[in-house]
Amino acid sequence: MAWIEEIFAIRDKQDQAAFARLFAHFAPRIKGFLIRSGAADDMAEECAQEVLATVWRKAALFDPSRASAATWIFTIARNRQIDMIRRARRPEPEDLPWGPDAEPDQEDVIALSQETEKLGEAIAALPEKQRELIERAYFGDLSHSEIAEQTGLPLGTIKSRIRLALDRLRHSMR
Amino acid sequence: MKDIKHHLTDQLLMGYAAGTLPEAFSLVVATHVSLCDECRARLAEYEAVGGEIMMDAGAAPMAEDALASTMALIANANPAPKQETRSTGIFPTPLRDYVGGDKDAVRWRSVGGGVKQMILSTEGEATVRLLHIPAGSAVPDHGHNGTELTLVLQGAFADHTDHFGVGDVEVANEDLDHTPVAAEGEDCICLAATDAPLKFNSFLPRIAQKFVKI
Ligand SMILES: [Zn+2]
Ligand SMILES: [Zn+2]
Repeated sequence: MAWIEEIFAIRDKQDQAAFARLFAHFAPRIKGFLIRSGAADDMAEECAQEVLATVWRKAALFDPSRASAATWIFTIARNRQIDMIRRARRPEPEDLPWGPDAEPDQEDVIALSQETEKLGEAIAALPEKQRELIERAYFGDLSHSEIAEQTGLPLGTIKSRIRLALDRLRHSMR
Repeated sequence: MKDIKHHLTDQLLMGYAAGTLPEAFSLVVATHVSLCDECRARLAEYEAVGGEIMMDAGAAPMAEDALASTMALIANANPAPKQETRSTGIFPTPLRDYVGGDKDAVRWRSVGGGVKQMILSTEGEATVRLLHIPAGSAVPDHGHNGTELTLVLQGAFADHTDHFGVGDVEVANEDLDHTPVAAEGEDCICLAATDAPLKFNSFLPRIAQKFVKI
């Protein structure tokens, strides 16, 4: 359940020490990802700082039953990248508001965290060629028409976890 | 949740997760995901892949004063914008943002045959428009030079492949020639994006194509 506590400490107590730990872990990786995706060093630095500032501001929107910390921070980084580096507009899906029981179910959180970890291991274990193709898609080296049907990507279990969390959320909204 | 039968492809979801779709296609994806928990969950899966790729891409050292600069960014930031209100009309929020309101706000222009459209402003090589097709009317028979995404927002349409109701998205490509016909009953409103001009198979629509850029 990596980094969830830190994000909640930022949300609840504006905890600067927790933020510093999160920063030390994520900022260099975001910057590395942006450079791999073609950004110049100074732009990647600026963008990574913006991403972490957004993490602070949006900590209350983090839902660990629907995304791991790495997944959530990736989506923020990608949106910032489109905005700052690709200078394009990014339509976002309507977000689902919190229901009356705002705290996510702990069981969902643990399960999603485990599934995400397994996904990471499975991606690392993919044959070199296939992993490279997936990386190129995320580094922006492939256009949407060049992205092939993804067979062999170890997907499926995370989706059913997220479906459960969404169903619960929809239910509490009624 | 509506009963949605026709969903986005894996390629589209992965492209959207990676942030590489043209804006017009992103709008169709974001609008469908707003209506469809199945694709919301599938998208989250592709975002999880993105998170893993990002964490493994290799770290690049940050500037020495990076943390302090970021704290300054946080201190100087405007308060977080209020959570957007949820859409109550037939257009989910992302689409409403492009139109400037719900279906009453659409500035329709006739394209002939009772069909009306509004082209939405987007950057990039793909275009996106709202189409209003009177109940029982057809869009002229056409083929596709690239990919066409059609998302139903009101009413329904059918072609020889299937029936498409509210929330359904048809993904058409070079292999498909079709004549979408709006179902009887309510007029059909859909959001349609293409990354290449359609190929109309009769003379008149080809003239129309020049003027309306379908
Ligand atoms: Zn769907
Ligand atoms: Zn078509």
